[in-house]
Amino acid sequence: MTRVRGRAWTVGIIAIIVSIVVFLVPFIFVVLQASKTPADASTLAFSWPKHWQFFSNLRAVLQTNSGIIWRAFLNSAILTVTSVTIMVILAAMAGYVLARRKSKWNGIVNFFVLAGLIVPPAVVPTIWVLQRLRLFGTLPGMILIESTFGLSFSILLFRAFVGTIPRELDEAAVLDGAGPFTLFFRVVLPLLRPVVVTVAVVQAVFVFNDFAGPLYFLPGNEHATVQLTLFTFQSQNLSFYNLLFMDILLITIPPLIAYIFSNRQIVAGLTSGAIKG
Amino acid sequence: MSTINTAAATQAADVITEPRVSKKRTIKSYYPRSFFIPTIVLYVVFFAIPSVASFYFSLTRWSLFDSHFIGFDNFVEFFQNPQLYTSFIHTLLYGVITSGAKVLIGFFLAVLLTGPVMGRGYLRAVVFFPVLVSTIGVGIMYKSLLDPFHGMVNAVLRFFGLPQPGWFTDPHLAIYTIAAVDIWKGVGIATLIFMAGIVAIPREYFEAARIDGAGAWRILREITIPLSRGATATVIILSLIGGLRSFDIIWATTGGGPGFTSDVIASVIYKEYQAGFYGLSAAGNVVLFLVVTVIMVPLTYVLNRKQVQL
Repeated sequence: MTRVRGRAWTVGIIAIIVSIVVFLVPFIFVVLQASKTPADASTLAFSWPKHWQFFSNLRAVLQTNSGIIWRAFLNSAILTVTSVTIMVILAAMAGYVLARRKSKWNGIVNFFVLAGLIVPPAVVPTIWVLQRLRLFGTLPGMILIESTFGLSFSILLFRAFVGTIPRELDEAAVLDGAGPFTLFFRVVLPLLRPVVVTVAVVQAVFVFNDFAGPLYFLPGNEHATVQLTLFTFQSQNLSFYNLLFMDILLITIPPLIAYIFSNRQIVAGLTSGAIKG
Repeated sequence: MSTINTAAATQAADVITEPRVSKKRTIKSYYPRSFFIPTIVLYVVFFAIPSVASFYFSLTRWSLFDSHFIGFDNFVEFFQNPQLYTSFIHTLLYGVITSGAKVLIGFFLAVLLTGPVMGRGYLRAVVFFPVLVSTIGVGIMYKSLLDPFHGMVNAVLRFFGLPQPGWFTDPHLAIYTIAAVDIWKGVGIATLIFMAGIVAIPREYFEAARIDGAGAWRILREITIPLSRGATATVIILSLIGGLRSFDIIWATTGGGPGFTSDVIASVIYKEYQAGFYGLSAAGNVVLFLVVTVIMVPLTYVLNRKQVQL
């Protein structure tokens, strides 16, 4: 027993040292860069800041370009919350019927769901469709696009999870007089809570961090998301590395918070859903 | 209020009509097909129509407003222009490298992090953390860390008297450097999926094997690896889909450069779009579609055949 514990210690210590070098050092570098003066940060050295100015850098980032970052955060927040809500509701409904209703069409539906996961979206033709609908370069257009692109993965998770809920429950609810909508929204959906959290957090992180989507479908400063502002900031202000890294730090906070609050639920949802056997 | 009334009405109807018939009718209609409608609308309008349209527009010279049929010229251009053709090779290379490495490293980390190891909670968190960080942010970070002259990595190499490559600036190296950054960022998802797969294996199997005198290596080879097949299939499929379509990290680090040495199909699609060659861009999309389908469909079939449900 002591030998096993001894090994757990040695392996653990080696793993921790490697993890510090591989994973922590890059993030410490970001924090240090974000705290430096412009001249100090431009050397790109992994060094202690000569003059510690974390908070004045923070204030500077929040005020750059008359506070464009606030606007970007608002755009990203609206985009993420709305598209994830649409995705969760639609995918839950589709995954539920797909899991419960056995019919000859299921094979075809599953084929299209998998196709949606595998096939890369055709970007320029999508722009063409958006222009026809007068949605190109608008936030509602972007929301619908993000919702669509996330549907397949979400449906797969919901379908797998609904399979684990006993059918007797539906029958009991039906006998108690529930209609199709009551059955789904009042009985089944509350039971899907773990997978709802998983889908919502995973997709929220994905949409929030998505760069290619807004780059194609949401051009212009007015609707810029945080990822776009970070990218433009990088190509414009190469003399302000400290502010650039402060920007990275700020943008990392929302996904981090989402993850910290739902860490356990995500693992639970994925285990019951995506992987079987 | 109205729900109660409807329910009461249904019940009343049940009493009047034959209960058995009505029950059979209800239980199916309680999973209405209409629940698919909003999903189908989004899918058709924003995914299926553009996908089908890309096949037509790839055969045209196209300005978004009018298109001019030119046959297979765009594809000929794509495969004859070495700058475009190499992106095809890079896509395959990039997809295979990132996916393969994520499977191997992810599995290794998952075995490590499901076993008895000190600081497990910390290690799990730190491995997953890069998944949450913005790809653009990671790109900027690594551009600084791997800067050929001032970057920290080369400073360390210089200290030990080792050669200091131009990670993102050497044409032979750039694509591999990006792949490495991609692996660093994405291995946490692979690890998470593998961990879920390993945890799902019944403990008794390991105990029985241990009592029978099997060593750690044998347990790994004959229990852990075969029984986490499902997780392996999921990781291969998801990481290969991601790798073949990869754009963000490449655009954030090298922009396909130096020259065209780290261009993949996805970045060519964007460049042609930016340059106004919409037909050529759509052709790039069709090529990417074919690459992904030709690889993924048989692979998904083979991997799913046994017991896996993605």
